[in-house]
Amino acid sequence: MKYSAISLFANALSGHKKWPVQFPDKEPKKEYDAIIVGGGGHGLGAAYYLAKRYGITNVAVLEKGWIGGGNTGRNTTIIRSNYLFDESAAMYDHAVDLWDGLGQELNYNLMFSKRGVLMLAHNVHDVQSFQRHVHANRLNGVDNKWLSPEECKAFCPPLDISPHRRYPVMGGALQMRAGTARHDSVAWGYARAASKLGVDIIQNCKVIGIRRDADGAVEGVETEKGYIASKKIGVSAAGNTSVVMEMAGLRFPLESYPLQALVSEPVKPIMPCVVMSNAVHAYISQSDKGELVIGAGTDQYTSYSQRGPLHLQEHNVAAICEIFPIFKRQRMLRSWGGIVDVTPDRSPIVGKTPVKGLYVNCGWGTGGFKATPGAADMLAYTVAHDAPHKINAPFNLDRFVGGRLIDEAAAAAVAH
Amino acid sequence: MFEIHCPYCNEKRPEIEFAYAGEAHYVRPTAKEQSEMSDEDWSRYMFIRDNKRGEHAERWWHNAGCNMFFNAIRNTVTDKFVMTYKMGLPPRTDKQIDAARRTDAKEKASS
Repeated sequence: MKYSAISLFANALSGHKKWPVQFPDKEPKKEYDAIIVGGGGHGLGAAYYLAKRYGITNVAVLEKGWIGGGNTGRNTTIIRSNYLFDESAAMYDHAVDLWDGLGQELNYNLMFSKRGVLMLAHNVHDVQSFQRHVHANRLNGVDNKWLSPEECKAFCPPLDISPHRRYPVMGGALQMRAGTARHDSVAWGYARAASKLGVDIIQNCKVIGIRRDADGAVEGVETEKGYIASKKIGVSAAGNTSVVMEMAGLRFPLESYPLQALVSEPVKPIMPCVVMSNAVHAYISQSDKGELVIGAGTDQYTSYSQRGPLHLQEHNVAAICEIFPIFKRQRMLRSWGGIVDVTPDRSPIVGKTPVKGLYVNCGWGTGGFKATPGAADMLAYTVAHDAPHKINAPFNLDRFVGGRLIDEAAAAAVAH
Repeated sequence: MFEIHCPYCNEKRPEIEFAYAGEAHYVRPTAKEQSEMSDEDWSRYMFIRDNKRGEHAERWWHNAGCNMFFNAIRNTVTDKFVMTYKMGLPPRTDKQIDAARRTDAKEKASS
């Protein structure tokens, strides 16, 4: 069923009791042309683009829990592309291009809101490095502009720009095409659209092994629901990528850390945009429900526990109160943690692996949500063509041997 | 917040006194080894870490306490510390880890 004002009206007449299931929960077939491991936004998107753009519709998405229950449902929903290096700018901007009009394409309300992302500069070094970012972005065709403290205040009124603060606002870089989207809708929208094109979405189906033939090429996967054959396997397993890759005998340059975030009690609209501060180390936006959504950096130790210690949440909140003293009496409602897979250079790995037929999309670290459509498209392209697209070609695994790193670590490690 | 047993202070202290310091028993190749190493081996040393789901040998630093580094076995799924031990001791064997797990369970039962 196509969602529209007419279908809404028609279903209202039957008391909203006859809406069809958005996507059926399938049992696995014996064989597929391609299997995607991981049913988050990236994996479901990859299956959708495989079917939609690259003509492979006999695809299964295997998810160990429920779709969108991993990092897709555990982020702070920020979308932006103001990255420093050419390779990153191309990759993230491809995603931002796809975000535009994605709701229409999927016939699903993603609540994508281009409300702008403002990155605050609090010292001379910040000012210089952000201005460099602004210029680098503009050379790459990525919108980003420099605002004075007064312009920052005009754009984001709750901000305190008093020069007497401990971390005074000395300016900010604003990307207007950036913003937020409803993260669950991204998973559900991709799942529904992919399912319509013939993709099987299989939940509660953990992959426990990867079977390979005598030449080492993949033959299929062992799962909790039995063996499923496929000559092409795309892994999009975020924090658990190392675990899946080990099944194929590969060791990846990844470490998995918890990344925590929290929301406040809902309040009336006060934050018109997303504000990030690298120096004070936090970021904040307001959801359409009215909750202030707050996040910062990863926890200090590696973990798969999907939770973290309270003292780090205290740090996050303290940082927010430092930039926005107005929120000092705001009470926090709930917090959560996702497991993010971090590469040494803080750039993702999207492409082929040394094992034939095995493809990977991982290493997005703390910034995977914004890249969802772009990463999904690039993984789908690589799986379909057995070769990377020119956008994801630099994000290969070999760069850790050859040394051609895309070192966003210094530029973007904190605020995602 | 964890309570971590520092093997030098020989007491449990709150997590905020400690800093995580990466995988344990990671040996830097000597200058001679480095000069003869292949790019692949160097990459393995530089970038590949044991990103284990389960019991993980790792270094911790008691930086707001005695300032000593020590090693620990921690389960990365539950975040529970199985044991901590002094720097310079060889990697723990499965038997030693198992024994530590049993002592911990016994202590819990008696308390």
